Amino acid sequence: MARIEVNHIRHSYLPNPQNDSDFALKEVHHTFEDGGAYALLGPSGCGKTTLLNIISGLLHPSHGKLLFNGRDVTRLSTQERNIAQVFQFPVIYDTMTVYDNLAFPLRNRRVPEADVDRKVRETLDMIDLASMANRKARRLTADQKQKISLGRGLVRSDVNAILFDEPLTVIDPHMKWVLRSQLKQLHRRFGYTMVYVTHDQTEALTFADRVVVMYDGEIVQIGTPAELFERPRHTFVGYFIGSPGMNVLPVALEGRTAKLGAQRIELPGVPKAEAGAVELGIRPEYVRLGREGMAVQVSKIEDVGRHKVVRANLEGREIAAVIGEDDEVPAEPKVRFDPAGINIYADSWRVEMGA
Amino acid sequence: MDKTWNNKAWFLVLPVLVLVAFSAVIPLMTVVNYSVQDTFGNNVFFWAGTEWFEDLLHSDRFWEAMVRNLIFSFIILAIEVPLGIFIALNMPKKGWGVPVCLVLMALPLLIPWNVVGTIWQVFGRNDIGLLGYYINALGIDYNYVQDPIDAWVTVIIMDVWHWTSLVVLLCYAGLVSIPDAFYQAAKIDGASRWAVFRYIQLPKMQRVLLIAVLLRFMDSFMIYTEPFVVTGGGPGNSTTFLSIDLVKTALGQFDLGPAAAMSLVYFLIILLLSWVFYTVMTNYDAER
Repeated sequence: MARIEVNHIRHSYLPNPQNDSDFALKEVHHTFEDGGAYALLGPSGCGKTTLLNIISGLLHPSHGKLLFNGRDVTRLSTQERNIAQVFQFPVIYDTMTVYDNLAFPLRNRRVPEADVDRKVRETLDMIDLASMANRKARRLTADQKQKISLGRGLVRSDVNAILFDEPLTVIDPHMKWVLRSQLKQLHRRFGYTMVYVTHDQTEALTFADRVVVMYDGEIVQIGTPAELFERPRHTFVGYFIGSPGMNVLPVALEGRTAKLGAQRIELPGVPKAEAGAVELGIRPEYVRLGREGMAVQVSKIEDVGRHKVVRANLEGREIAAVIGEDDEVPAEPKVRFDPAGINIYADSWRVEMGA
Repeated sequence: MDKTWNNKAWFLVLPVLVLVAFSAVIPLMTVVNYSVQDTFGNNVFFWAGTEWFEDLLHSDRFWEAMVRNLIFSFIILAIEVPLGIFIALNMPKKGWGVPVCLVLMALPLLIPWNVVGTIWQVFGRNDIGLLGYYINALGIDYNYVQDPIDAWVTVIIMDVWHWTSLVVLLCYAGLVSIPDAFYQAAKIDGASRWAVFRYIQLPKMQRVLLIAVLLRFMDSFMIYTEPFVVTGGGPGNSTTFLSIDLVKTALGQFDLGPAAAMSLVYFLIILLLSWVFYTVMTNYDAER
């Protein structure tokens, strides 16, 4: 297992990148601690797979260095880095049995056959395919095939890290849950360094101790799931995480109050915002709908099961509020913002609030 | 499941039936007619029964041509398939090299067969041919008109030059359909170059390879034009393959009866082989 340092890495797929927009990874500087479970979360095209492939050595970065336990591995090949990686779509060796598929990475490294057998049987139990060990791999269903891919990632115990590139995309929702918990369990048992790429926030938040949110080739926030939820550092994190995402409203500041059109909103502190476009972010969970506060026009109520999402219009802006399953919307609805859930952003980045 | 019976549907296939009758069935029947009769011209025919077939199956000449043809097919398959795979593996997968390679590869396939024959006929001549002249100049005695081995080498090289491209293009199509993730996974798994070929590329090419082998076998088993132009079946009978022998019998000697019998046997062999390949391929698909 290794501590992975991503040292000022930039990457462009173009031969001669001119400006920032030519870079798929603008500049990433981050350390994945030994034994950590990380999720790389972000929308499609934000550079998360690029970063993953740089770590595994399938790509060599245009600039910057990659260190495993302090040793520079930037120019080493995938084999020399000793990394396991699981891809989005199942990759299986068609002509081999399930057993041979799992044994393949070990046999390629000339592991003694007795150890191969032990490791493969262990892994087969883990991914629940022991009964199919001798079946031809190509006859299996898509999610069984993906389990084989996962298994091939887990079969070597001496790897520096295990990387997952949206591995559960093709798996049924129920199975997703089971596999994810198994991965989590494995992580606890063996302390692998794991990096898990996904664009699914639930997956990221349930799998990882720390979530790395990427946007447009950059890391915008690294934090625990709770931090990402309560204190998004960037408005992007605010609306990317959460369902529905954070309400972001343009406001004007005046000491401890924020002015939104004709409304004045009490803030928990004085924001240290200098210049720039100021916005107020509040999660729908902190918007209280009732008979007092700012008047809104309700446009839609979505019942999503455990709670309801109210879409309303406040001073010409769309906002969302979450209310309980049994709560009623009053005849003349008004909203209040819970100060605990208020964040202030200047030029999309969160600013601290003083007393 | 209940089937719907509707005899009106026959009208829809009628045009095809008529067409096939005129283009294939009726000519075939005249061949059948010839094969059981003898004629000395003037449209006078005598009943011969199975005589021609018996003669044919006891004819050394027929079996020699057959063996020659099978050896030829075997040799060209043994060269073209591995060579085709090798070239396909080394062709560029992206960039400007792709169209260049594809066009170069397709060129021999676009040349009319008798032109291919003529090209090699001239190319290999030891008085004016570029190839023949310089091989002799190097001190190697090469003369495809007199030496059976040289004639075989020439015909085989010509076929390899003409048809390897087909195998290349089919294999290439199979190769480019392999997603990058497979190669990436192989790197992660520490697979050697050979393992990548054996466990990723070859299985993915299996199906197109089967088609390539089928096509090349059929074509080489029926080969006529190119060796006819280059060697005319000689020297002696050394490059007389089945179809050349057939034409010699039918048009050279004007033995319509024996030639017709030979055509039918030839036709049955091709039919049998097609059926074998068809069965193998459908079974293969069903297994997938």
